[in-house]
Amino acid sequence: MKPPAFEYHDPVELEPALELLRRYQGEAKILAGGQSLLALLNFRLTRPVALIDVNRIRRLSYIKEQDGRLCLGAVTRQRAVEFSPLVREKLPLLAEATRLVGHLPTRTRGTIGGSLAHADPAAEYPAVFSALDGELVARGPNGERVLGAREFFQGLMTTALAPDEVLVEVRLPLMTAQCGWAFEEFSRRQGDFAIVGVAAQVCVVGERCKTARLAAAGVGPTPLRLERAEQTLEQDGLSERSIAEAAARAAEQTEPPSDLHATAQYRRHLTRVLTQRAISRALARARGERR
Amino acid sequence: MSESRRIRLKVNCEWRESRAAPRKLLVDFLREDLGLTGTHVGCEHGICGACTILVNGEAARSCLMLAVQADGAELTTVEGLAAHGKLHPLQEAFREHHGLQCGFCTPGMLLTAYDLLCVNPAPDEEEIRAALSAVLCRCTGYLGIIEAVKTAARRLREAISK
Ligand code: FES
Ligand code: FES
Repeated sequence: MKPPAFEYHDPVELEPALELLRRYQGEAKILAGGQSLLALLNFRLTRPVALIDVNRIRRLSYIKEQDGRLCLGAVTRQRAVEFSPLVREKLPLLAEATRLVGHLPTRTRGTIGGSLAHADPAAEYPAVFSALDGELVARGPNGERVLGAREFFQGLMTTALAPDEVLVEVRLPLMTAQCGWAFEEFSRRQGDFAIVGVAAQVCVVGERCKTARLAAAGVGPTPLRLERAEQTLEQDGLSERSIAEAAARAAEQTEPPSDLHATAQYRRHLTRVLTQRAISRALARARGERR
Repeated sequence: MSESRRIRLKVNCEWRESRAAPRKLLVDFLREDLGLTGTHVGCEHGICGACTILVNGEAARSCLMLAVQADGAELTTVEGLAAHGKLHPLQEAFREHHGLQCGFCTPGMLLTAYDLLCVNPAPDEEEIRAALSAVLCRCTGYLGIIEAVKTAARRLREAISK
């Protein structure tokens, strides 16, 4: 179908966008890349009074390194993330996850902030932010606040953003030496949302696992940090057996939904298999075996 | 603010201008207001890829953009692929390899493949398959299309190295 009528604003600066949000008192929606919102509008599943298009706010689009972190403007295109040499070098988990977000033609428009703020439970970026304890910077009438991924994702497509706040920047810690990464997911068709996805970043010292960071998408209303699996690796090391044990504990930690795409049991099974694959591939990379 | 707006953009190297209400999708603006019916509209929610065009040189879904968002942009539609009366090597290869039957998906296939070859001039078969998974074809089957993209990629590389 076609979108219903709405009032439309496309300010080139952030302040007028905030002012508009305030003025519409929750009746306006922010339009970022539009790869979900425009589809929802076309289906008439949402009927906002107004759209505040942030695509012309140039200063919300950047990728930079600052104090050991990668900082990205919320309106940075997924395509820019995918091809950024900085991201590939310093945060390859983010680059790998990006290639699984939709298809290249949707990544041309889709933004990193839009995907995070939309908070689809099966989306890749929320899982990466959950695994790496990413930070999300919201700007509202009273200034800025920084939210951790854990507090940001509150429920099914629900975030801690207030109706008068805009996501302006997102941050992830840079990967340090001797770390490996992998994003594993299973979907019916290439480019679909995952049925289950697992983000992993593993850092080693010799035979020991210094840190393991793991999170799953598609197993609940919000991304799930797989803490028990992390503990297993950090305590028991990186043998085949402890990887298998970690994967089993990851599956145990999930309470996935059943829907027409997959049963809860199948999702739990996928969590185990994908966690095992993600850890193994991350580990191989940490040990310098290029895969 | 829901009144129509003036939109000026460059389509296939030519400046065009018209007016549209903010709710008008870019694909409908191209077809109805600019008369460029080569771009097809299938699902209207970003899944089928039939509406794929180039926006500032990069493939994008024109059903997931508002016409007003394209004000000032440079677009390429399937009408802009052939130059000086000669088919683009991708179009030529689609014809040779039976890469189309009804042609409904073809504009999206061509521009998706075009974008792939811009970012990756020498894709292997797996990469071609992954890229083309962005567009659904309901009649030809994908093998002819994959062969066509392989052929076009090879010819374009040869043309550049000459
Ligand atoms: S019409 Fe745009 S993707 Fe189907
Ligand atoms: S040729 Fe008919 S849909 Fe592809």
